[in-house]
Amino acid sequence: MITLVNLGNGRNAIIRRIEGGPGLKNRLEVMNIREGKKVKKTCSGPLRGPVVIEIDGSKIAIGRGMANKVWVEEI
Amino acid sequence: MKKILLMGNPNVGKSVVFSRLTGVNVIQSNYPGTTVGYTKGHIKIDENEMELIDVPGTYSLSPSCRAEEVAKEMFFEEKPELIINVMDATNLERNLYLTLQILEKDIPTVIVLNMWDAAKRKGVHVNLKKLQEILGVKIIPTVAVTGEGINELVNVINEIDLKPKDNISIIPKMDDDKKWTFIGQIISEVQKIEHRHPSLLERLEDASVKPLSGVIIALVVLFITLQVVIGFGELLINYILDPLYYQYYGPFITGVVENAIPAGFIHDILVGSGYEYETSFGLLTTGIYVIFVVVLPYILSFYLVLGFLEDFGYLPRLAVLLDSIMHKLGLHGYATIPIILGFGCNVPAMLSTRILEGKREKFITATLIAISVPCMAQTAVIIGLLGQYGIQYIMIVYGTLLILLVTIGFILNLLLKGESPEIFFEIPPYRIPHLETLLKKTWMRVRGFLLEAVPFVFLGILVVNILYIVGIMSALSNLLAPIMSQMLGLPNQAIDALIMGFLRKDLATAMLAPLNLSPNQLVVACIVLASSFPCIATFIVLIKEIGVKDMLKTVVLMLFIALITGTILNLILG
Repeated sequence: MITLVNLGNGRNAIIRRIEGGPGLKNRLEVMNIREGKKVKKTCSGPLRGPVVIEIDGSKIAIGRGMANKVWVEEI
Repeated sequence: MKKILLMGNPNVGKSVVFSRLTGVNVIQSNYPGTTVGYTKGHIKIDENEMELIDVPGTYSLSPSCRAEEVAKEMFFEEKPELIINVMDATNLERNLYLTLQILEKDIPTVIVLNMWDAAKRKGVHVNLKKLQEILGVKIIPTVAVTGEGINELVNVINEIDLKPKDNISIIPKMDDDKKWTFIGQIISEVQKIEHRHPSLLERLEDASVKPLSGVIIALVVLFITLQVVIGFGELLINYILDPLYYQYYGPFITGVVENAIPAGFIHDILVGSGYEYETSFGLLTTGIYVIFVVVLPYILSFYLVLGFLEDFGYLPRLAVLLDSIMHKLGLHGYATIPIILGFGCNVPAMLSTRILEGKREKFITATLIAISVPCMAQTAVIIGLLGQYGIQYIMIVYGTLLILLVTIGFILNLLLKGESPEIFFEIPPYRIPHLETLLKKTWMRVRGFLLEAVPFVFLGILVVNILYIVGIMSALSNLLAPIMSQMLGLPNQAIDALIMGFLRKDLATAMLAPLNLSPNQLVVACIVLASSFPCIATFIVLIKEIGVKDMLKTVVLMLFIALITGTILNLILG
């Protein structure tokens, strides 16, 4: 498994595990970033910027620290 | 009076629905966090008047930022008779989470499935009948920007008002995991997604956040923005407003006053030394000229372009691109939005710092805006003063302000304890702006400018005239003369302008015109004015937003920075 940061641009993956406390988990969850969801990584922002992902057609920008806690399996 | 709450995820169009229902205009944009406070309005159906409250968007009732806290507090404290839950039809699954949380509170609810047209275009099909059966409340598909479905909504609100009990959902309370499982079931039953190839707009969406293409697009957007704002502003001034003022308004008003009022104090306050002189300092001559001919055209063209970029959905993408750089300044990318708003007017910019999470970020952003972001009123006068000497002087002013922004942010980030939180937000899709909404929004902002500028400019001119007459100006000039001449290289009279800067920046900058300063002196004066003190309106908002203590810190910092920067520039340019 890799984290969202390491997932290649344009690649699809399934979210397998979200590290971190209930606060973070909840924040991600209400945006529909949950275990079992399919994500597509659009890109990483310039200069080690945030990661941009797509879930169900909506795009979300996530800071690197947070993105590093989301473990995915590439498909 | 009965209360209705308008709730939903961020950026689903609650404010548009609100405007449609109440006729009250509120600023609407295509990015999450446009509404940070709440707006109240009234709707009247037949003889039945109800209060409608536009609540800031939230993803859940367990809040993670200030706007969401407001939403939660209102939900639990306002005790509404009815909730209008606005959902984004293109993103049913995520939206349903908040909906389930709302429905389990047993308050009569109606669901508005907004952006129905966008869903169709994206190939998202929702079985409304089935969804209605499952949730047990009425669902109305709408396209709020065009008004489609709003009449039906009004009828349904009326119906529910008569029979509230029939519109309470029967869905039992569930814990989070169960909610998501249930949502999964709902989606598989009611939603079908047809695969579509990404449209041109969708491809542009991705290109504008990718590092290389994103930066190129950002530069193109910046270039076009400057061209349009300045070009359209100049066009209005040179071909419409200037001729109107000099050929018709000026002679007319001077004539009227001259005939009605004998020479003396009142005459001088009203028309000064006559309309021919830009700087006669009469209320009805210079006052009107500065507001309507110098500043208004740029305000109008800036807000048109800003409104377009907002409604198109570009600004959040800029936030992604600038995120890394903003982290060095103790902020994150989303702080670019208040900063950009600041180029229009610092007041709404200060208010919009509420979209930021922490006190530290708000303080840094507010300070940076107050010091180094000149509002459009200021920009207009800077262009007016320096434009004739060439673009390079304007570049020096803005370049210096940019250096200030970066340096101060960098230092504040080092000095203030804490870390900047990470960026985390939904990037809205690109949408072709709706012309009527865009024009309405621009008009609201221009009107806001006029309502604020007219009294303060008039007051300012009055104060200047009085201060001259009672001799306070000359006393102050003498007192501060050493600072002015030694440090800033400016003549004593320039102090009037700097003092006036507290009331209105545009007026203050305009006061520099009659002093016959050299371009270099003008550059110094413009920068000192821009960075020293916020105008009185910004000052008041700043106190409200960050408190008196932090406000004082900002002010000390400002005066200090303005003097140092002015002195350094004077040494370099002098």
